[in-house]
Amino acid sequence: MIVLMVLLILCCFLCLYRIGMGPTPPDRTVGIDILGTLVVGFCAFTAILTGKDWYMNVAISWALLSFIGTIALAKFLEGRGFDE
Amino acid sequence: MSETIGMVIISIGVAFDLFGCIGLVRLPDIYNRLQGATKCVTLGTCLILVGVLVHSGGAMGIKALLCAIFVLLSSPTGAHALARGAHRSGVKLWKGSVMDKYAEDQEGKLDQ
Repeated sequence: MIVLMVLLILCCFLCLYRIGMGPTPPDRTVGIDILGTLVVGFCAFTAILTGKDWYMNVAISWALLSFIGTIALAKFLEGRGFDE
Repeated sequence: MSETIGMVIISIGVAFDLFGCIGLVRLPDIYNRLQGATKCVTLGTCLILVGVLVHSGGAMGIKALLCAIFVLLSSPTGAHALARGAHRSGVKLWKGSVMDKYAEDQEGKLDQ
């Protein structure tokens, strides 16, 4: 169980590397999107690790908010050119 | 017995997550990263949630199933919107890319 937890935290750090080092803004946005999806899985894993079922409520809310945030950032990116 | 099966499914899901995140770091441009990371991480997270359903059942399992369906619907949609936004904001393709059908499509629309 601890090994799986450490691997998930490693995944989150790989996403944080892409958010920090991404050369263009869409790269960072991809990192944020993937990090949101990872945290949903992390919350579900914590739910069975601790036996508290309100972690699943956190996971559902996080999935909704992550989706809305990704759509908002994608709409924002369409507005202007970053490459000039 | 169901706890063991659940933990095996969760382990497979974590492995998919890890491969997706390695793809996110290693691949050369945004479209490849989006392609590699989104598919792997969506499948991995859905497998973790299905593993929670098999492991616990009950109210937690129903919530996990709802969350898995929602992630399966929303994550590819977000990735699609993000790829479109990146293309429209002018991010160049990697130099090894062989085709760009979306740009050809846009040119065809402009000619009409």
